[in-house]
Amino acid sequence: MPSSVSTLTKERTVESVAAPPPPPARSRLSRWGAWASVAWFLVPALLLFLVFVLAPIVVAVWTGFFKWGGIGPMADFVGFANYTKLFDDQVFIGDLWRGLYLILMSVLVQLPFALFTAVLLNQKLRGRAVYRMLFFAPYILSEVVTAVLFTMIFLPGAGMADHLAGFLGLEGLQGKWLADPSTVMPTLFVVMIWKYFGFHMMLFLAGLQSIPSEILEAASIDGAGAWQRFRYITLPLLGPTIRISVFLSIIGSIQLFDLVWVMTAGGPNHSSETMAIAMFQFGFKRYQVGYASAISVVLFMISLVFSLFYQRYVLRRDLSGAVTSGGGR
Amino acid sequence: MASTVPSRRSFLALAGLTTLSVALTAACGADESGGNLSADGKVTFEWWNIATTEPGKSLFPQIATAFTAAHPNIVISTTSLENEAFKSKLTATTSSGKLPDVYQTWGGGVLQQQVDAGLVEDLTDLLDWSAQLTPVSLQAYQIGGRTYGVPYDIGMVGFWYNKKLFAKAGITAPPATWAEYLGVVKKLKAAGITPIALAGKEKWPGHYYWAYLAMRVAGLPALQKAATSKDFTDPGFVKAGVHLKELVDLQPFQPGFLGAGYATPGGQAASVGNGKAAMELMGQWGPSVQKDAGADLGADLGFFPFPTVDGGVGQATEVFGGGGGFALRKGAPKEALDFLKFFVLENESKLLASNGYLPVVKGAESRLTDANKKVVAESLVKATGFQLFLDQAYPPAVGQEVNDSVADLIAGKKTPEQVTASITEAAKSA
Repeated sequence: MPSSVSTLTKERTVESVAAPPPPPARSRLSRWGAWASVAWFLVPALLLFLVFVLAPIVVAVWTGFFKWGGIGPMADFVGFANYTKLFDDQVFIGDLWRGLYLILMSVLVQLPFALFTAVLLNQKLRGRAVYRMLFFAPYILSEVVTAVLFTMIFLPGAGMADHLAGFLGLEGLQGKWLADPSTVMPTLFVVMIWKYFGFHMMLFLAGLQSIPSEILEAASIDGAGAWQRFRYITLPLLGPTIRISVFLSIIGSIQLFDLVWVMTAGGPNHSSETMAIAMFQFGFKRYQVGYASAISVVLFMISLVFSLFYQRYVLRRDLSGAVTSGGGR
Repeated sequence: MASTVPSRRSFLALAGLTTLSVALTAACGADESGGNLSADGKVTFEWWNIATTEPGKSLFPQIATAFTAAHPNIVISTTSLENEAFKSKLTATTSSGKLPDVYQTWGGGVLQQQVDAGLVEDLTDLLDWSAQLTPVSLQAYQIGGRTYGVPYDIGMVGFWYNKKLFAKAGITAPPATWAEYLGVVKKLKAAGITPIALAGKEKWPGHYYWAYLAMRVAGLPALQKAATSKDFTDPGFVKAGVHLKELVDLQPFQPGFLGAGYATPGGQAASVGNGKAAMELMGQWGPSVQKDAGADLGADLGFFPFPTVDGGVGQATEVFGGGGGFALRKGAPKEALDFLKFFVLENESKLLASNGYLPVVKGAESRLTDANKKVVAESLVKATGFQLFLDQAYPPAVGQEVNDSVADLIAGKKTPEQVTASITEAAKSA
């Protein structure tokens, strides 16, 4: 210890006395200093990230290799057995398909619908602020409140949905909705749209407002019709917003849990089960923590791989320039 | 590197970091110790219960206050959690190898796992007053001949039925055999009444049917044997599924039952309470939930035990049910057990008077006033055999598979053979 202190003082004196600090040219030394202070500032955040994000991931991956009931020591190392069992399980394969269904429906139905309402509400319309608020309001509700609300609406025999179906002459649907394996997914999806389309609509509205009206005017003067203006000006300029909206809605669909848990708990007979539901069932109902960890790892890998590819290939042009790269100097 | 003088900013960052890590370490270490003797000579112990609804919500704290008033050196730190939240929190706690000093338990498979992990106090020799409790009420907490819990409530499952609707369908007496029972269902259907309400979404109410049929056909010893041999393919269990299928094929349940909850609006309890369905197979809490979720049937509500099956070995006096109790963490202060004695023995009359619990103390059933509660309590006293709820008696993975498979059978997705095969598979790999 004393030796290092003395080196420090000595070097310091040498540096300050002998060599006048080299003017603006960045020495290796001062760059190190800059890095060090950056690192110091990052430490608290990094530490939190390490403790609350990375460590749990490592623990989950590790737990996934064990047959473990959640109590006592993890002793039964089973390698990849949890994963082979997982992909042999028809219900879990079904969970994957249902995840894909939700993704496709959100991207192909929900987003166009949100875009449509956004374009509609971007026009000069009497009371458009009221409409915007109305459509956005469901997003503010908690998932559980929404789910309980729709459980009432779809209540067999007494719910609003049954009355409405009777009124519209769709008696075949009465008493089904969330209670029949063939109708539960579309019904769930309707609730999802109701809940989330307002959020995407808001994103699109913000995007639309950033499109300069001069361009649209110029196009009108050049003789472009409404559709042409939308197709060749609005849509391309809205590209970044659409891409981020698609990203958010896919990640949201992959991780969907609370709405489904409260409305159907994955039923009837697993027909509305998502991966997150399966994870909860095995972890907290069956106490098969090792197996549930394996599910969580699969869920995580799907989200991770998707995010990386999406950012690399789709979002790249939107992000370029937005991120300061460290090596650019 | 050594030559770099730490700038003032990085020094501040370092200082901030130190504070943070100290705080984190403190937070991690905060709840290391359970309840124990503190400097001022007071004994503190934790008590986790599930009394978040009446009558327990006001009764439990009342009992705790009475106890601490009589023992000023004892402090009880109470945590009341809703049923499911309690289970999740206890799972999280046990996975880190810890338990609260006194905690709610239902006995059976979950308790066994905790015992196997060496986390639970063996009460066998400490419980010198256990002779005052009914044997049926203690059974769920006895593992390998040792007792690990103290019951405060015990009950059983049976059919709660609407006498008025039964009379309307021309049914004069409750059925005593399965064949008669199916006849009753047909009569109710013919009279345009929904015979049975079932919460298909929650799965556990459905497993009561299969469990009772298995008890009646294969018998109690077969169910207990299967728990150890992990083989549920006994022909008796398959036959139980076949009988359940006979019932399901009559389409006796309310419309949309696959999506129905139990205590939710429009769910199983509400359907019976509101007179929209004629009966439900439910535990002793059935009437109070009917009242909460729908309406009180009052004198129209009746109770009959699960019918016997012709050719089966089970008796009508063998009951299926469960209750509630408390277990102690290994090494919990001995004052905690004194508290349980006070809770169970000296407050029995208060528990019974609150109309939320059934007697665990011998002879206390005569003090019940409610006619339906009396029937249940007397059936329990006369019981010649007792089986704990299967989803609690077996390890959780097996219990949940019973629930899931039987739900699949009721929905027509699994055959009786597939049900027993699935349960066996879960038991073997658990």
